[in-house]
Amino acid sequence: MRASTPSMPRTWPDRLRWAIADAWTVARRDLIHWFRQPFGIVVTLLFPVMLVLMFGYLFGGAMSVPGEGASGGGDYREFLLPGMFAMTMAFGLEATMTSVATDAARGVTDRFRSMPMAPSAVVLGRSMADMLNSVLGLSVMVACGLLVGWRWNESIGEALLAVGLLLLLRFSLLWVGIFLGLVARSPEAVAAVQILVWPVLFLSNTFVAPETMPGWLGAISEWNPLSATVAATRELFGNPGWGGETWAARNALLMAVLWPMVIFAVFFPLSVWRYRRLSH
Amino acid sequence: MYGERLLTVSRLDKEGVVESKKFAVFAEGLQKRFGEAEALGGLDLRIPEGGVCGLLGPNGAGKTTAVRILSTLLRPDGGRAEVAGFDVVRRAEQVRYSIGLAGQHAAVDEILTGRQNLETFGRLYHLGVREARRRADDLLERFGLADAAGKQAKDYSGGMRRRLDLAASFILSPPVMFLDEPTTGLDPRGRNEVWESVRALVAGGTTVLLTTQYLEEADQLADRICVIDAGRAIAEGTPESLKSGVGGDRIDVVVRSAGELTAAARIVGRVCGADPDVDGESRKVSAPATDRVAVLTQTARALSDAGVKVEDIGVRRPTLDDVFLRLTGHRAGEEEEEVAA
Repeated sequence: MRASTPSMPRTWPDRLRWAIADAWTVARRDLIHWFRQPFGIVVTLLFPVMLVLMFGYLFGGAMSVPGEGASGGGDYREFLLPGMFAMTMAFGLEATMTSVATDAARGVTDRFRSMPMAPSAVVLGRSMADMLNSVLGLSVMVACGLLVGWRWNESIGEALLAVGLLLLLRFSLLWVGIFLGLVARSPEAVAAVQILVWPVLFLSNTFVAPETMPGWLGAISEWNPLSATVAATRELFGNPGWGGETWAARNALLMAVLWPMVIFAVFFPLSVWRYRRLSH
Repeated sequence: MYGERLLTVSRLDKEGVVESKKFAVFAEGLQKRFGEAEALGGLDLRIPEGGVCGLLGPNGAGKTTAVRILSTLLRPDGGRAEVAGFDVVRRAEQVRYSIGLAGQHAAVDEILTGRQNLETFGRLYHLGVREARRRADDLLERFGLADAAGKQAKDYSGGMRRRLDLAASFILSPPVMFLDEPTTGLDPRGRNEVWESVRALVAGGTTVLLTTQYLEEADQLADRICVIDAGRAIAEGTPESLKSGVGGDRIDVVVRSAGELTAAARIVGRVCGADPDVDGESRKVSAPATDRVAVLTQTARALSDAGVKVEDIGVRRPTLDDVFLRLTGHRAGEEEEEVAA
């Protein structure tokens, strides 16, 4: 009558294998969502594509692009695309937060916690699923960029490094999303975060060069973590528009590594703490 | 022949020992605070194996907090608890292998199909891919969801969703199941479907701890009842014994118009020799009836002599509603101060 009960692993390699298997099962659930809700995925992917077309063709003519880039200075779409890549990564934060908050509100998180699965798998599975999602999103953006005339002008190695930096930013923001999702506990609160993401997005070098902003605003923009990744990827892709006055802008590559590490160092422990707090 | 007898006796003894030592759920002095609010102030529970134990109490009495502690979701501030013989804090992992939890929301993935939901949870119980799939089909059949196995959970009716939730918490056939208001928000049909499933679980030997706001649900399902109020158990026993504890039979008189309530109350009070309860909303007067037949005939005659227009009159056994009202001072479903869980 009773289904065979597997015994709990005792040694830590077994426990690790267990945690990864559980995390994969949790992540797999999200992958099934892709196939069950193809329309939702398409809408999510099309939004940044729409922004590329809007900024690239509608506003692009009015934008001045700093620096004499490889393409003779001034191709706005070459300037824009790395910013759009980073923006896609930043939007991922909302997706993570929505998923975490929805699971908490629907009782799915409680169900997981009442099951004999690896406790870390809930969060680990979420990060696996979201990173896979981001790779897909980034691939679509790169394809879209290539269609509108964006190119990487440096070696393929440097281009891959740039992709790595973008995913590093996504990975760090993932933990911000998990933390905020655990704090919010309801998907409705995501709207509030969406309102905050946009100023951060515009207060960066994503759409315009900070040099064109008032001095103090430009400085804030150049210190924006998003700007660091954007500037670094522009440099690695060989796209125009990198460089600037502040220390942060001159060391964009370093900052593009440091910022995500700082964000991770702050929000990973916060997420773990918040997850543990669920039982208090 | 001789040997057989010995065997029987020793087996009985052994079972007797297990019975007396092991409760399905055992809690002693459980305490839990949320900031200023005290959710549990020393809750004691002893639930023997088998059957359904109904945990009743007003909103905010601590029912959900108790279930969350017993299912390892919350840590108690004080006291201790064992489920299926395992301490809920120190041996949480073993407890999780021994319980199923179906909460107030159907905690299933809406986008996944019924089968995909059960397969996913089966894998998380480490059944292995093939076994998880087999078990999913088993449970879909058992909980009457086989026809909807390939449909997404968001297209299920409320009753189907709760049954899927029950099935998911029953993947390991755990000895103890916690059902936290499993039918809240369901229509009568959905409620009946869930009740049928719960009865089937109990028939299979599972011990069910059920919290509910519907006293009818407790009356339908529970073999034992524990009433809690303000974070403490205030009464425990079979529904029958609790009802007897409230007193004997009662007479109910429903009058046609509210204006006649006072006259009816005076008559009922005189016949029964006790102060009657008067409920203006349902235009009902009720009082303890020591002698069923005498009270009924005398009251009916006196009312008719006085010209009071009666809509309904009857003598009945006390209900859980009476138990609840007597013990907690208010009716079930009335709000007490809400304690956030």
